[in-house]
Amino acid sequence: MSTAIKVENLSKAYQLGDFGTGTISRDLERYWARMRGKEDPFLKIGETNDRTTKGESDVVWSLRDINFDIEQGDAVGIIGRNGAGKSTLLKILSRVTSPTTGSVKVKGRIASLLEVGTGFHPELTGKENIYLNGAILGMRKAEIKRKFDEIVDFSGVERYIDTPVKRYSSGMYVRLAFAVAAHLESEILIVDEVLAVGDAEFQKKCLGKMGDVSRGEGKTVLFVSHNLGAVQKLCNKGILLNNGQVTFNGSCKDAVYNYSQNGVKTDANFLDRITYSSDNLKITNILFNNSSINDIVLNSENNFSFEIKVELSLKTDMPLDIECRFLDRDLNRVAFFSPGHHDGVTVQNKGEISLSYKITFPHNLNKINMDMNLYFTHPDVEIYASCENALSIEYTGYGMASGHVFEYEKGVGMIFLPTDKSQ
Amino acid sequence: MLENEDWDIEITAQNNILDLKLKDVWHYRDLLLLLVRRDFVSFYKQTILGPIWFFIQPAITILFYTLVFGNLAGIPVDGLPKPLFYLAGTIVWNYFAECLTKTSTVFRDNAALLGKVYFPRLIMPLSIVLSNLIRFGVQFLLFMILYVFYLFKGTVIVPNAFLLLLPVLIIMIAALGLGLGMIISAVTTKYRDLAFIVSFGVPLLMYTTTVIFPLSVAEARYPAYSWLVKFNPITAIIETFRYGFLGRGSFSWELIGYSFITTIIILLIGTIIFNRVEKTFVDTV
Repeated sequence: MSTAIKVENLSKAYQLGDFGTGTISRDLERYWARMRGKEDPFLKIGETNDRTTKGESDVVWSLRDINFDIEQGDAVGIIGRNGAGKSTLLKILSRVTSPTTGSVKVKGRIASLLEVGTGFHPELTGKENIYLNGAILGMRKAEIKRKFDEIVDFSGVERYIDTPVKRYSSGMYVRLAFAVAAHLESEILIVDEVLAVGDAEFQKKCLGKMGDVSRGEGKTVLFVSHNLGAVQKLCNKGILLNNGQVTFNGSCKDAVYNYSQNGVKTDANFLDRITYSSDNLKITNILFNNSSINDIVLNSENNFSFEIKVELSLKTDMPLDIECRFLDRDLNRVAFFSPGHHDGVTVQNKGEISLSYKITFPHNLNKINMDMNLYFTHPDVEIYASCENALSIEYTGYGMASGHVFEYEKGVGMIFLPTDKSQ
Repeated sequence: MLENEDWDIEITAQNNILDLKLKDVWHYRDLLLLLVRRDFVSFYKQTILGPIWFFIQPAITILFYTLVFGNLAGIPVDGLPKPLFYLAGTIVWNYFAECLTKTSTVFRDNAALLGKVYFPRLIMPLSIVLSNLIRFGVQFLLFMILYVFYLFKGTVIVPNAFLLLLPVLIIMIAALGLGLGMIISAVTTKYRDLAFIVSFGVPLLMYTTTVIFPLSVAEARYPAYSWLVKFNPITAIIETFRYGFLGRGSFSWELIGYSFITTIIILLIGTIIFNRVEKTFVDTV
């Protein structure tokens, strides 16, 4: 495996605010500093890009000292919150803008699909636009001609191919645009959120095509999306960006997990993570096994069980129950705990109350990592409050006589069916 | 170890100011032609008269010039048929003005496209110059039709060998428009003030060159200020064009030489500035 993309000390600064009469004097100052071979005075005071707080300086670093390598043939998902620097990174990689400092070295041709349909001219027909768009993306005319039928076929808009694209529905527009881009011959493909549009069938087709591109044809793919499911389906590597810095670089699964955990791993600040709460109830404490941890191991020693204790204060008498939803690392739901559904709901009296539950898992599951979301509900009627990722659980797995343990994440399913000894 | 690997693309903050990446441009030559085709085709889409509009515009302009400047104001035209005289100046001036104004807004007009995908930025201004060359060609055809019409009518028109300079003249107009346009486009990405000057300045600039009057008239009536007209490098081009095809007007090697050198300097400056700006204009446009 050789390196396809090498990013070294890459930084990009942006100037915030409006450009007006005030900016020209500053431009001259910067120019003067550069002429004398000094460092740009305005970059020195740049800050990390945290959009939520008001900063001192109006120069921000959208990317700061990014370093990573991408191997040839990898499909890399780039994830991060809005403003983390994903798009800036892709813009630099696709040479739309250039970095402030640092460098990127690339082996092979890059095709970037930052937004499908770029360069489509509304007055031109689908056919004319295939040629134009293909050429914009770097294809030669002969190459497009060779692939023309394939492109039309993939897009599924054959009937409209001689109609100006301004008459197309937005779905058809995207289909055609993606079809052109998907048939590019390049070693590296950069894709930014193209799957936001188009119907489910076409999205599936696109994902399939991109999967073929990375796995079958050995191309390197960089994929930015907020659709974590798509990222996980498509990518084997992941890079997590936060405020312009790489906070995680490794397998895609771990990157997505890190991202969905939002960096909170060990401190048990449940109360900060209560994402929604009705006025009638206030959660004062959540305890697991009588302590404020948010990380437990389930094994045969604790009989695969744990205790939840919640303390609340209620303003009125109300029917109250808890629900626990257990998710795997791909955010699929794997288990559900709801005493109210099982036994019926009890009405709790107003004032301070404390509820405890014991949850026991079956002993014959394969090794699995789960996260638990905790909800306070009136079952089937209302959700009073919720706490996402309240607990992270490591289930050690069914130990067979041979000592082997299967892992859920390696695709053996969730339940291990032991041999029935009663026969 | 990594130093020894050869990379196909290196993306860094600096680039060579004179490196036009012509190899890249050559690779994208199909795009250039398709963009020209796009401009040409989308110009007359959904019109009834179609490409005839390319003729109508200059024809009506000439009609008005003849009525206003020729007949009403009575500005002499070196004894040539007025429509022919004006048309010769207009097509040359239009080519220059179109190249200049379109190129000067190229970053802004195409920000959406240029901000999404990479191709050599030079393609965009080059496509402007080329598609306007086609319009020039069509208008030149109109000029030739009128030319032949007057020949048959018996008007004395004496073309001479200088009309062979036509290709050089065309390249000079294109280079001037392109160079000036690139300078302005680079400056206006961040500060748009210059764009205002262009939008009202270019039509006014036409009066400082010999579109509606011959150089001889300017020299005769305002001897002290005729240098202003000669200062405009387009003047020499128009005068040479008229002299070659119509046999009247003034031609001097000094004037066309001055125009030629100015063109080269402007093109060079334009290229350097354009190269500096093209990498990051996306952030400031």
